Order: sequence, then structure tokens, then C-alpha cells
Amino acid sequence: MKKNISSLVKNKSKMNYDLDLLKDMYKKMLLIRRFEEKAGQLYGMGKIGGFCHLYIGQEAVVVGIQSAQIEGDSIVTSYRDHGHMIACDMDPKGVMAELTGREDGYSKGKGGSMHMFSREKGFFGGHGIVAAQVPIGAGLAFSHKYNGNKNVCITYFGDGAANQGQVYESYNIASLWQLPVIFVIENNKYGMGTSVNRSSAGDNLSDRGKAYGIKSEIVDGMDIIAVREAAIKAIEYCRLGKGPYILEMKTYRYRGHSMSDPAKYRTRDEVEQIRKTSDPIENIKVLLNKMGVVDKVLKDIDVEIKSIIADAAKFAQDSPEPSPSELYTDITIN
Amino acid sequence: MTIEILMPALSPTMEEGTLAKWLVNEGDSISSGDLIAEIETDKATMEVEAVDDGKIGQLLVPAGTEGVKVNTPIALLIDSNELPHTSIKTIADKPYLEKEKITTELKIDKPVTLEPNSSIITVREALRNAMAEEMRSDKKVFVMGEEVAEYQGAYKVTQGLLDEFGNKRVYDTPITEHGFAGIGIGAAFGNLKPIVEFMTFNFAMQAMDQIINSAAKTLYMSGGQMGCPIVFRGPNGAASRVAAQHSQCYASWYSHCPGLKVVSPWSSKDAKGLLKSAIRDPDPVIFLENEVMYGQSFSCPDDNDFLVPIGQANIEKEGSDVTIIAFSIMVGKSLEAADILNEKGIKAEVINLRSLRPLDIETIINSVKKTNRAVTCEEGFPFAGIGAEISAAINENAFDWLDAPVKRVTGKDVPMPYAANLEKLALPQVDDIVNACSEVCYKN
Repeated sequence: MKKNISSLVKNKSKMNYDLDLLKDMYKKMLLIRRFEEKAGQLYGMGKIGGFCHLYIGQEAVVVGIQSAQIEGDSIVTSYRDHGHMIACDMDPKGVMAELTGREDGYSKGKGGSMHMFSREKGFFGGHGIVAAQVPIGAGLAFSHKYNGNKNVCITYFGDGAANQGQVYESYNIASLWQLPVIFVIENNKYGMGTSVNRSSAGDNLSDRGKAYGIKSEIVDGMDIIAVREAAIKAIEYCRLGKGPYILEMKTYRYRGHSMSDPAKYRTRDEVEQIRKTSDPIENIKVLLNKMGVVDKVLKDIDVEIKSIIADAAKFAQDSPEPSPSELYTDITIN
Repeated sequence: MTIEILMPALSPTMEEGTLAKWLVNEGDSISSGDLIAEIETDKATMEVEAVDDGKIGQLLVPAGTEGVKVNTPIALLIDSNELPHTSIKTIADKPYLEKEKITTELKIDKPVTLEPNSSIITVREALRNAMAEEMRSDKKVFVMGEEVAEYQGAYKVTQGLLDEFGNKRVYDTPITEHGFAGIGIGAAFGNLKPIVEFMTFNFAMQAMDQIINSAAKTLYMSGGQMGCPIVFRGPNGAASRVAAQHSQCYASWYSHCPGLKVVSPWSSKDAKGLLKSAIRDPDPVIFLENEVMYGQSFSCPDDNDFLVPIGQANIEKEGSDVTIIAFSIMVGKSLEAADILNEKGIKAEVINLRSLRPLDIETIINSVKKTNRAVTCEEGFPFAGIGAEISAAINENAFDWLDAPVKRVTGKDVPMPYAANLEKLALPQVDDIVNACSEVCYKN
């Protein structure tokens, strides 16, 4: 299961991957990482308030899965949601402006980091309560099935959420009603400061689907190609109406749980070791090199992304604060 | 030796039932545990078992009889060597068997006046009609909840929906309120219009996080993108003798939260009109029913498009001396109190709130400006209750018109006791309303 850069590069089949697809995935992962780095920076400057949970290290999960989706699929996730929004092609400007609490943010500055949405892009949040998005995701899948379309709902949650009762209530109903939902457990090893070993009984979180007759697979979430392959398989299964599927992504977050997390529960060495050996972006970069993409091309991608992020950061700081009249809007529709 | 087999009480709120079917004939020998009859209660059709051995001597109540009171003798059990008694036909003139007397009108104190283009139906039927009509006209409307489909509803409110609409529109869920409330909310985010039934609102506490944090707040947090057109409905408040965990009014809990609409019908007309409005509403609506009211009958408009707008109270009875503000079951009690007060020379105006959020403050204030006195009525706890909110609203908007402090009639500030006498003491009674009104009129 454990792969590092060398095993990834040695794997010949990966060399046959479509180069444009790989480049796109690389670009998107890099966009997420640079976005998050900028968000961390703006937080440090006091431009972003409240909670801010960064996705750095986990980029391969959402980008790999997104590459297997089709138009009309829905996505729902927790509060560590910036990466998912960017993967859905939501505008980094609008996401960043929400982080700064401005009127051009996706929620007009009323949701913040943890609560953003884009119906247009099929992104249904951004939910601040641990595991609350899991039944909601099953419900979105219900709406796909009810409407008779072939779409699926990708429902992301972390290893911490995996101990919440509502996850199992959702597993049960999703399996009973054969809902087209893919439960993606982003197992980054720590629910806030508590390691999976200290919080979760049993060997693997994905095993818990067995009791409900739900198929599952453990995936190296640091390897975007493995993620994509697993997602294609799971999504295909769901689209055929066979019911839910669980993907447990073994991944890692480099930053703290939130900005205020001193991360005393793990060593610096642990983080460094994973960065050195399993970084999903470095992995794909090496692969691209091996496939003949020259450094110049990668450099150009880097420059392009930096400029997108710089624009987003400027936009997010220039956008005005929401008008006081917004205080009383959007409470109910009528 | 002859033993009377009595009409059994098969649910906490059952006062009478329909003897649907006899499973034995006169002269049949039976043993303890044998099924003898099917009885339809306010909740379900139940099979009744014999508790003694013997022979059916006589069937006293014919199959199909409605409104048979609990503890009425329904059959006679004789020793197995005795001969059966005469046939049931000979006792058909006994008062409790006369079908025409067991009409719906008898279930409430006053006969119901049939209004034009209306039918006299129970609150239960009104709720069912509202759902069925909306499901016919809008394919996005579906029902989910515990026992709503094959069982036909724990309180029979969804009876017949599965038959008419099939299992793609009516879903039995497992007993997992948190999970299925969230699934309903997700479906609403996905542009469907779910009606989520809670068997009672007591169990909705398991789903509170989803209702408040997901259904109520997401529209705001998404800057207006994520509407959640969902109805959460079910019985609220005290039923009868089911004690603290199953007898609570949640009106003030839900009304506290911006983003929710909260309605609570009293009559069949309210039930139909409000439920249809709730289903058509683009926002999450908490629909608080009352189990005791399900079997009560009222005149209800037949019109498929009859709606009671959310946020509009109704003056059920006009008066000039004191305003009684009530909702749900307390409206009926307030009307009874108004009749008693009338005899004492106090003319009470009774407002049926129908909606708790948004609250029709205008109707309340206009009435108080006329009567100069107000009494609020609710089954819930007094502390931070609906009455407290109304009292504050009256203070803010009509202080100068008041001739007496606003008085609250509420459930007592205790968990609901089980003992019959204590339960009665804990719940607001007609006398409490009469006394409160007399006090604010200084006619004690």
C-alpha cells in the first residue's frame, strides 16, 4: 500500500497516462496549495478571521476524485473545504473574498471559511459541524436517484467524523435505498489533535461499511493516480445503481488542524518525513519530468498560478465589506 | 359463569375505537391467547387476544361499529358447556351501538357547523388530504419517516399515501432521526420538497443539530444560494400519560431560531391550509401537530388550493374585555374558557396564532388595544416560552393600552409527571384560563 516517489516513478503503467490530464491535475493541486499558503499568510496578517482549516498535503484526494466526475455530480464536504471548491472550478477570487469576509465572497461574506457553496458548480458546502455533511450527502444522492439522473454525490469526511453516529445512520439508509453516494473518508491520521489510533476502534475505518454491505477500498491518498483509478471504479459502481461505496483515502495534512493548532501531538520529523517521501505534488512533478515535460513548462505553470493567487488575494482585500443591510437578508426566502 | 370481554384501551390516547372485525363466531371455543377481534384505534388496527378460556356466548357489538368506548362490553365469554346466547341483532337498540349517535360531532363538545363548500373531517384527515393534494400537484413532494409507508403511519396521518403514490414517493426510514433528517435536508438542497415526519417531536431532539445548523442556517451562510424547502411535521406536546420524555411542547425551542418557520394548527381547516402552505413554502417549516387533536372534527374547505398563509393569526371569537392568545390544542380550551367567562359577564376575544414564527404581532396588538388586557395560553414550560415572547411584544407595542399586566397560562415548570392526577395538574386547564382572565379583568 505504501508508495513513495520512487515506486510511483518505477510503475510503468503510469507512464502511459494521458499527459494533458496529468498536467491538469498537477496544475490544480498546485493551485490549491498556493491558495492555501496565501490563505495562511493572510490569516497571519489578520485579514482572515475565525477558523481556517488548510488542506495542504491532501490535494491529491480531491483533485484525483474530481478528475473522475461528470457534469451534474454533487460534492459536499466538511469545514476543510477550500481545496474542494477550487477542485470544483469555483473562482479562487470568490473563495478568497469569502475568507476575508467581503461582499464578493461566495456567501456574500456571511459564511466564511467553513460555509461556502456554489449550486452552479455542484458544490453543496462547506459544513461546520463534524459529520453533518454525511447525511446531507446521502440526501443529495437521494435527489439524484429520485430525479432519475445518472449523477452521484461525492461525500467527503475526515477520520474524526468517522466516529459520529450520523455517519452510520447514513450508511444504513444509503445501503438500504441503494443511493448513489461515494463516502470518501479523508483519513489524515488526526482528528484535530487525537490520532486515529487513539480515537477509533478497529483496524480500518473503511471496514465499518462491511456491516452495512457497502463496498470499500483503501487508497493511497498521496498518489493522485491511485486516487483517480479508485474513484473511477467507485463512481462507475454508483452510476450503475449498485448503491453506495466507501473510499478510505490515507492522506496527511502538513499544517495544524486549524491556524491556532500548535500541533504538539506529532513530531516535526513525522511531517518532514511525509513531505519528503510522499508529497503528492512532488510525486507528479517527478513523473511529469520522467515523461519528458521540461522544467520550463512546469515553471510556467508555477508562474501562472502565482499570478492567479496574487489576483485572488488582491481582489479579496479590495472587495468591500458587506453592506449593513445584508444583516437581515437571506434569513428566509419569503 | 359469564365473563364480559371489554373494549380494550390500545393506545395512550385511545378513548374509543372501531370494532373492525370479529375473528370468532358465537359458539366458538377459545383459549387464552387466541385472536378474537380486530380493533381500529386512533393509531392502528390491532388484533385482540382472549385472556380467558371458554366459549363465545354472545357478540355484543357488531363488526364495523365505530366509536365503541373503552371498557364497553363487546362480547360475553361463557363456560364451554353452556349454550350460546341470542344473536347480536337483538341488542342493536342499546345506546352505545347506535351508529347515528356515534358521529364525529359527538367527539367534541359542540356540534360542528358545516361551512359552504366544505366537509366535516378530522384533523388527521385534513393533514393527509393536504399531503396527498400537494403530492398530486408537485412530483417533487415526497414523504419520509418512521412507519409512514407500510404501517400507514404511527398515528395514521399518512394512511393511504403509499397505496396512492407508491414507494418512490413514500419512504419508511429506520429509527435514526439524526440521519434521516439530514438526508431530507440534503434532498431539499437537491431541489426536492421532502415532508419529514417525526413520530413525535420528542424524537426530533435527536435531529436538532441537522434542523438548526443545516436546515435553518444554510440559506444565510450561503448568501442566499441554498434554500431548504422542507417540512418537518409530527405531533408535539402532551399526549396522555406518557410522562416526561414523551410529553413536551417544542414551540419555543424552534421559534427561537432565525431561518425556521414554525406553525401549529388547531382545527382541520388550519391543518389543511397551513400544511399546504408549508409544503409550498421555499423555507424549512416546523409543523407542530397535537396527538389529542388528530381525532377531532371540524368543517374544512374542500378546495385544493385552500391555503392558510403562514404568519397570519385568526380571531376565532370576538370580544371586548380580554384577549386570549393561544395555539394548537389550547385554542379549543380558550374557546371553552370564553364561554364560561361570557356567563360571568366577561367578553373574551380568542386569537388562534396558527403561526409562531413569523408571529402575527399586528393582530395581537390590535386586539390588545381594543380589550386592554391579555392572557397567553400554551402547554409548554413558562420559562422563556411563547407567552414570554408575546408578553414582551405587547409591552413593546401596546404598553400604554394595558389596564393590567399580561398574564401567562402555561404548563407547569416541571417535567411531565406520569400519574393521572399530577399530569392534569401540570397541564393548563380551562379553569386556569378562566381564572387568569378574571384576574386581569379584576373580577376575581
